[in-house]
Amino acid sequence: MKVETKPARCKECGLCKANCPKGAISFSEHTNAAGYHPAVINDELCIACGICYTVCPDGVFHVLGKEA
Amino acid sequence: MATKERKVPALVDKPMDFCPGCGHGVVSRLIMEALEELDQLDNIIFPIGVGCSSNLGAGLECDRLHCCHGRAGAVATGMKRVNPDVLVVSYQGDGDAYNIGIAETFNAAYRNEDITVIVINNTNFGMTGGQMSLTTMEGQKTSTSVHGRDCSITGYPIRFPEMVAREFPGAAYAARGTVTSPAQINKLKQYIKNALEAQMNHEGYSIVEVLSPCPVNWGMTPIKAMERIEKELIPYYPIGEFKKRGENQK
Ligand SMILES: Cc1ncc(C[n+]2csc(CCOP(=O)(O)OP(=O)(O)O)c2C)c(N)n1
Ligand code: SF4
Ligand code: SF4
Ligand code: SF4
Ligand SMILES: [Mg+2]
Repeated sequence: MKVETKPARCKECGLCKANCPKGAISFSEHTNAAGYHPAVINDELCIACGICYTVCPDGVFHVLGKEA
Repeated sequence: MATKERKVPALVDKPMDFCPGCGHGVVSRLIMEALEELDQLDNIIFPIGVGCSSNLGAGLECDRLHCCHGRAGAVATGMKRVNPDVLVVSYQGDGDAYNIGIAETFNAAYRNEDITVIVINNTNFGMTGGQMSLTTMEGQKTSTSVHGRDCSITGYPIRFPEMVAREFPGAAYAARGTVTSPAQINKLKQYIKNALEAQMNHEGYSIVEVLSPCPVNWGMTPIKAMERIEKELIPYYPIGEFKKRGENQK
């Protein structure tokens, strides 16, 4: 896994999905406790660029980072 | 391939009650990231305004004071004068800083207090249901300008950072950024850092205004709200540094 998420915090605003350069983000079929469908990352497509972290207003993403 | 870790700073890593897609969440994180990079997380106090900015009262884990509406400029002055080496960063909305608190905001800038002011300009009173503010655009419909703002009777939207840069020779830094894209967010973070560094070096007053979406009161999706900022707001409220560090009269 490259990016860890906190689904409980997602408010389904769509900004991460709209900005992800790899189309790696979709929304879960399930809802979180607040009633939103949280963002889900397809790890195969994700390049760990951190754009989702940058644009998310609700601190959902943690880009784990790794050494070369 | 090496990748960089990106993690919300612990002092702001709490769920906050902003609406989906609200700009406040990004800006509050950027301020904490900037403080972290400047190694100042244990040297900060926030005078917080009244409005959706008040969410920071519960959302931050550091020294902060929820001020009376609009008065953060005066509170910040007191904080800074008794603690000149502590960073004092007021966090206010447009309604708080420019309508209700214009006297305090103006006078703190006029006196060139050594503080940093962050104003979240979402062109309305977000918290109370989207009333017109001094930054509401001409023609913009709000709950108190139902036919659209008529500037012939209300005056025109205020551009305060430009005024600071133009009229207050001692002021250290004045800029406006936005949160509409990753590139804009990164630029805004640099503006915030510049303002904080100006304060760390006691260079004088600094202000960063942020054009920020309020999707709920604008009646738009978060993505449309970002488009509105790009298309409608930026032509009137330009993004950039109106006064850079080192350009002020001491
Ligand atoms: C003395 C006083 N007057 C009025 C109010 C009601 N009030 C609460 S928030 C607010 C406006 C906030 O607008 P802004 O500063 O733009 O913040 P936003 O919610 O848009 O981020 C007002 C008028 C109040 N709380 N106290
Ligand atoms: S890190 Fe980049 S590629 Fe991966 S999900 Fe986030 S935005 Fe998409
Ligand atoms: S940007 Fe954040 S809150 Fe918005 S949909 Fe993506 S993960 Fe959820
Ligand atoms: S009312 Fe507007 S400013 Fe307040 S939290 Fe909601 S979107 Fe943000
Ligand atoms: Mg406002």
